[in-house]
Amino acid sequence: MNSETRANLIKQGAIWAFIVVELIFFSVAGEFLSLSEKAFMDFDNMLLLLKQSAPIGIIALGMTIIMVNGNIDLSVGATFALSAIVLLDSMTWPIFAGLGDGVIFVGWALALMTGVILGAVNGFIVWKTGVDAFIVTLGSMLGFRGLVFMYNGEQPTSHLNWTLVDFAEAQFLGLHTATWFLAAVVVVLWFVMNKTVHGRNAYAIGNNREAAVNAGIRVGPHFLINFMLIGFLAALSAVVFYSESGSVNPNDGMLYELWAITAVVLGGTKLTGGYGSIISTLGGVIAIQLLRKGLGHIGADTETVNLVIGLILIAVLFLDRQLNAKGKEELKT
Amino acid sequence: MSDTKPALRLENIVKAFPGVRALDGVSFEVIPGEVHALMGENGAGKSTLMKVLGGIYQPNEGTIYIEEQETVMHSPLQAKGKGVVFIHQELSLADELSVAENIFLGELPRKSFGRVDWDALYKETDAILGKLNVGFNAKTRVGDLSIANQQMVEIARALTVDAKAVIFDEPTASLTDAEKVVLFDVIEDLQKQGVGIIYISHRMEEIFKISDRISVLRDGQYRGTLLTKDTNEDEVTKLMIGRSLDLTRNVEAPELGEVALEVRGLTCGNLYKDVSFKVHRGEVVGFYGLVGAGRTEIAETIFGLRDADAGSIFLEGQEVKINSPVEAIRHGISLVPEDRKGQGLVLGMNCRDNMTLLQVDDLTAGPFVSDGAEIAIYDQYRDRLDIRSPSWRQTVGNLSGGNQQKIVIGKWLSMKPNVLIVDEPTRGIDVGSKSEIHNLIRELAKQGYAVIVISSEMPEVLHVSDRIVAMYHGQVMREFTAEEVTEDSLVQAISGIVSDKVA
Repeated sequence: MNSETRANLIKQGAIWAFIVVELIFFSVAGEFLSLSEKAFMDFDNMLLLLKQSAPIGIIALGMTIIMVNGNIDLSVGATFALSAIVLLDSMTWPIFAGLGDGVIFVGWALALMTGVILGAVNGFIVWKTGVDAFIVTLGSMLGFRGLVFMYNGEQPTSHLNWTLVDFAEAQFLGLHTATWFLAAVVVVLWFVMNKTVHGRNAYAIGNNREAAVNAGIRVGPHFLINFMLIGFLAALSAVVFYSESGSVNPNDGMLYELWAITAVVLGGTKLTGGYGSIISTLGGVIAIQLLRKGLGHIGADTETVNLVIGLILIAVLFLDRQLNAKGKEELKT
Repeated sequence: MSDTKPALRLENIVKAFPGVRALDGVSFEVIPGEVHALMGENGAGKSTLMKVLGGIYQPNEGTIYIEEQETVMHSPLQAKGKGVVFIHQELSLADELSVAENIFLGELPRKSFGRVDWDALYKETDAILGKLNVGFNAKTRVGDLSIANQQMVEIARALTVDAKAVIFDEPTASLTDAEKVVLFDVIEDLQKQGVGIIYISHRMEEIFKISDRISVLRDGQYRGTLLTKDTNEDEVTKLMIGRSLDLTRNVEAPELGEVALEVRGLTCGNLYKDVSFKVHRGEVVGFYGLVGAGRTEIAETIFGLRDADAGSIFLEGQEVKINSPVEAIRHGISLVPEDRKGQGLVLGMNCRDNMTLLQVDDLTAGPFVSDGAEIAIYDQYRDRLDIRSPSWRQTVGNLSGGNQQKIVIGKWLSMKPNVLIVDEPTRGIDVGSKSEIHNLIRELAKQGYAVIVISSEMPEVLHVSDRIVAMYHGQVMREFTAEEVTEDSLVQAISGIVSDKVA
């Protein structure tokens, strides 16, 4: 193994090492501070953690492709909310009344389609106008959220379909439905990023856009596909979550984009694009969920949790920078 | 040669932009198996011509022929498809991807479901790399390669198609001498395979070494084609600028003042070791060596950009510790950096604001920046350095290289430095402006500045320096005075052959 492969392994292993540290810390600290009798590393607790990682996780995995591409999508939270409304509301529409439980598939299809269409809107604008994705999706974040409020005002949209709830709460081979979805997305996206021409081109575009254009890669359509993909995943995340909860508030999904980006960045993906990995993003997602759960376990309140996560994010990226710096041979800034 | 069909021929190409005729009826051809050099000052129309060839610009008039077939090209990819391949000056590679992926960028072989056919990719890449005889393989990450090897990757790209003409745009700009030899071998191989080579460079010696013919552009017009074996540098220069360039050896005896800067035993990791030298007021000390010999790094240390492990720096006999550029400026040290556009200028700002960038804090009237004071400084240095710009409002990015360099020098002179360090003062600057910059450096020394010039061009070092410090692998090999130096001894010193080190 040459030193480069080793350095790469260390880089990609770092987030998993961090997870191990978290597990040890919370297990030990839990012994002294926790009010609950249960150990932190209780098996059921860990299964639950994976399930709870799913909604943000599915979005963060999609965000990885977008960020490897050198873009960003701030509208995923709003897309998530709007897809959720479409999911729950469409199941109550009179035209589908005769379908029985078949309405579930209609609801899912419509919700996923909503996500794809919203993603396509973003992608199309980025492609055709050349405006930076940050600006475009900042705009669509506000716009899509506006649509959410237009739908039902400040009222929550609710519908419970018990067949659906049973499916969503089921456990197969010990893992919850949501966890299976998360796992499936990891596998599919890993394949896309590492094995397909589309995925390799995403790295090329993010790394050196000019070179990609010169090599005849059609950057615009490529962006469009990836924005449709993340729209689909935001909707999928909503489908997974609201199949179980059955009620969506117009403010749901707010800040999801930032949590997703946090997880991606923790996983080592470069903000400038061209470098990143699906597996490391999964690590980032789990690390954040562990922090939340662990801090809750030792009795911290939500405000403290956010403060700590924020500090850790900065500390981790600082550490990453220090480790990658070349010491004295590097110029001072 | 004339009975061979040209691989590529341009006829009466005209390309006009609002207000400028960038190309005015240029004709040019390259025959299979020849190296045809294209020369001209910056702004002479070389890059416009190449963009027309590459399908980035469409000519207003004129025709392109590939193997005597009339052709229209709309994109770089289309040009490549037709066998016209570019090796760009600024490498366009994706660092994080493998060599193979870069070579087949945009054309990765596919299997079903859009999967990459890695086996085919690596096999084809290895076949191409085999032809080039390089020391890396298809799976190496491009970011881990040296600049020279990255260039080989670019060249390998050219070999994925049946190339008829390959265009090299300043390919040696960042190569060491050893790497150049490898590049020239590859060019010779391509030549033997019957590929026509168009070679663009400012470097006369290279052109005379490898080209068969030289064509010259000036002000967008075709000025003529010379057979390399029948011409000389002077003739080409005259064709390029309308007069010849003075690069005679410096023979003036400097009027030495006291020692302005002294460095003793300066060491920084593997970059440079035990470096000592003195610079007097009123003299120009040239630092000559290969790329990577540690010259720039020493300048960066003196300027507070880089920490040294050991050694000391004395200004006017006083030992000083310089931890940041701010402190360096306070001590009267100025550094005109190597990379003018990246490190020296804010390209989007106007001339005046660039000039006063360092002292804008002091040019205030109440809480606001004083326009008048800024313009006064700009006017002063514009006249003193003969900066040619329509007005101080001109965006610096739109000036010629020579005028940009003068702005940078003016910016540092306006800080009234004691020691002026100029790193590669004429890199990427056309021949005409070169001699102006050279004269300026001589003039500054006469006015009593202590000047250090770092340069990789021997004629330049010999032309401007009173003393020359030759460096090799981070060490000072020898110091020469202008009288004693010879080209041979200098070349030997920077190649590490002589070791009678003068401390």
